Amino acid sequence: MTLLTLDKVSVRYGQLRALREVSFDLGKGETLFVTGPNGAGKSTLLKAIAGVVAVASGTIGLDGKVITSCAPEDIARLGISLVPEGREIFGSLTIEENLRLGTGIRSDRAAIAEDLADVYAVFPMLKERRNSSAGVLSGGQQQMLAIARALMTRPRVLAIDEPSLGLAPKIIDQVYETLLKLRDQRGLTLLIVEQSSTRALLSGGRMILMRSGEIILQGDARVLASGHSLTKAYFGYEET
Amino acid sequence: MTALLQIAFDALSLGSLYAICALGIALIFGVMRLVNFAQGDYIAFCVFALLWPSIDATAIVFLGNLPWFVLVPVVLMFGAGISVASEILVFRRFRNANPATMMIASFAVGFVIQHVLLLLFSSRPKSINLWPALGLPVEILGARIPLLQLITIIITVAILIALTAFLRRTRYGLEMRAAAENFTMARMLGVRANGVIMLAFAVSGALAAAVGLIRVTQTGTADIQMGASVMLVAFIATVIGGLGSLTGAVLAGYLIGAASVVMQVGLPLEARPFRDAFVYGAVIVSLIWRPQGLFAPNSTKQRI
Repeated sequence: MTLLTLDKVSVRYGQLRALREVSFDLGKGETLFVTGPNGAGKSTLLKAIAGVVAVASGTIGLDGKVITSCAPEDIARLGISLVPEGREIFGSLTIEENLRLGTGIRSDRAAIAEDLADVYAVFPMLKERRNSSAGVLSGGQQQMLAIARALMTRPRVLAIDEPSLGLAPKIIDQVYETLLKLRDQRGLTLLIVEQSSTRALLSGGRMILMRSGEIILQGDARVLASGHSLTKAYFGYEET
Repeated sequence: MTALLQIAFDALSLGSLYAICALGIALIFGVMRLVNFAQGDYIAFCVFALLWPSIDATAIVFLGNLPWFVLVPVVLMFGAGISVASEILVFRRFRNANPATMMIASFAVGFVIQHVLLLLFSSRPKSINLWPALGLPVEILGARIPLLQLITIIITVAILIALTAFLRRTRYGLEMRAAAENFTMARMLGVRANGVIMLAFAVSGALAAAVGLIRVTQTGTADIQMGASVMLVAFIATVIGGLGSLTGAVLAGYLIGAASVVMQVGLPLEARPFRDAFVYGAVIVSLIWRPQGLFAPNSTKQRI
């Protein structure tokens, strides 16, 4: 069943067309990797879905309902959570306050406590320092907090902009393990901007490759990530 | 000793007034990057809300006749009401505009309020005797302090404690602090922009009402311009406190209050009429020394 639908979505920044008629469907429990060179429009794509950049034309649907012109807070309440590039941690709040901020849209108190225990189990570092200011965390720790915070909203679609950025390989493994577990157990839909094709190779799912705001290639993540088509798409020629 | 005590109380009560007013400005700046110059006119609006509209020189007291425990909440609600109304009717439309546009819109709101008051009450200041008993002095360690000064200081401390508790302990407070730091991200976590902004306006309007009540009791007159002078100093306090920092705004409010009072007694007699020049001179020095403010906030990021 389709959960998230993009139909010819375009975004403009003034004269620049950052996203050109991007379309795809994403079903419940599916994983979609978005890859491509810098400036391809990957982050813009996620921001358009989260409602933080205005869509110039096209429609975005969730559960068959059009959400193209919804406010970011309403989209969050409908179950799409974005971990943006740059993490956007609230440095003046404590770690636990950061985590609790995302639970305002939920009323299931028991489940909130459970989820908090879950993210603390995945990232014990966050639990140890839960009452200290989030501003003192290192880049990698902030990334963990950003992902944990998004999970606390208990999203149906989790969009992450480069989860591996700044994280140690061991932690990346843990992050992916958690995400895939949530996907398999709870039917969490994952939309991940990822430069590392190894991750796509290991996780499965679909992959789209973007360049200059367009999707230029899509298919099975394992096939795409292992083939030469990626190299060709990135550099415009095939390795010999 | 008693003279020193007297100065300390003067400084504290004047600083309290500036601090409350600066807090109102900083709260709205925090969530919206708007410097709301209409804040001073909310003060006048709340004071005139005590009176029955007339152009006579003697005020016809209307709301002002209510017992204080009814009057205070009603006036605070008037303040919150006019503030929220200006958000809904005006500032909401400018939310994505640049800060200069929003600031000019706030001047416009202020002028509209002023001229409505002018229409209803004429430009002559009116004398109004609200709570005359508060003018009586009390003796503390030999110093004779007007009861109102004492009450102003106590009320300000109570407001600061209540506001801190609200910001630290409640869900809305958490959302407001998050929104002040990074509005877009807060919204992506489901924090409702309109809710947080309206709450900030309501609190800020109620603070303006509190300033209005203290001012009118102090001076015994209702004047359409009465908010302007406090507002100006409070605005300066938010700037040297570091725009966006609530603690900074409060501390700078007290600092300016203390500086004014100390200069009033400390300056040579011939220089005293120019006290304000010295105070603002000190403000300029402080800004040259720390342009980002004495207590710079964590984030000066642009809102969406």
